[in-house]
Amino acid sequence: MGIAIADLTVGQTIGTTTVELTRQDLVKYAGASGDFNPIHWNADFAQGVGLPGVIAHGMFTMGAAVQLVTDWIGDPAAVIDYQTRFTKPVLVEDTTAEGTPGAVIEVTGAIGAVDLDNSTARVDLTVTAAGQKVLVKAQAVVRIW
Amino acid sequence: MSINPDLQGRSYPAGPAYTVGREKIREFARAVKATHPSHYDVEAAQNLGHRDLVAPPTFAIIVAQLADAQLISDPDAGIDFSRVVHADQRFIHHRAIVAGDELVAELHVDTVRAMGGGAMITTRSEISTTAGEKTATSTSSLLVRGEEQ
Repeated sequence: MGIAIADLTVGQTIGTTTVELTRQDLVKYAGASGDFNPIHWNADFAQGVGLPGVIAHGMFTMGAAVQLVTDWIGDPAAVIDYQTRFTKPVLVEDTTAEGTPGAVIEVTGAIGAVDLDNSTARVDLTVTAAGQKVLVKAQAVVRIW
Repeated sequence: MSINPDLQGRSYPAGPAYTVGREKIREFARAVKATHPSHYDVEAAQNLGHRDLVAPPTFAIIVAQLADAQLISDPDAGIDFSRVVHADQRFIHHRAIVAGDELVAELHVDTVRAMGGGAMITTRSEISTTAGEKTATSTSSLLVRGEEQ
């Protein structure tokens, strides 16, 4: 797969990516995942429960962010452990008429630890939207064959 | 409604099996904007040594949330779904989920901690195939906000 564990050093970046999303993406994720909580598609409902507006599923953000790791390692099955805390919601504006993104998520990954005995590396993801960290302790452990 | 403090330590047996379909893997991958060929192209997945299409790393949430629904809809649990916030999530993959897998999940309520007027509930879904092969452990913390929060 082109990545040798001996070449990895803690702090080394694995890359960066940008995920643009719209309200339609949230509807798609709701359908694909089965999570139809209206806070992810109905503004009145979201505001009624005290949110500033429609927010992305935390699991959408978690799922989209790990793509950086999958592409870097070359096989989604290499991700053997993936965790995060959801700290801030990703507010998604209704841009249906404009066709522009309703939110933009920035993802950066860096090597957080290397375990030569188990042939694994931990990638620490920094995930932000509107200048705020939306995931905290977002860590993916990959097995390197 | 208030959270039943006796929930901690409770388990819910596996419900009906969930069959992982190729089109569901493709749909889920598109929904999280994952572009890796092994989610879409059987030959690409097999070239990496997999039996069939590989599910994205967070795909197991589908099965885990079906298991969580047993708890949330249990009238004895006292959980108001509209007040539930997903606080954290972890997947440990014992092996990758691939198309054709028949999955079942046994749900365990690991901890219940009172927080303000609400509670933080940590659930663990042990996901395996119907043949008994362990595939994934999904751990979720759900914050149930109190009435005044």
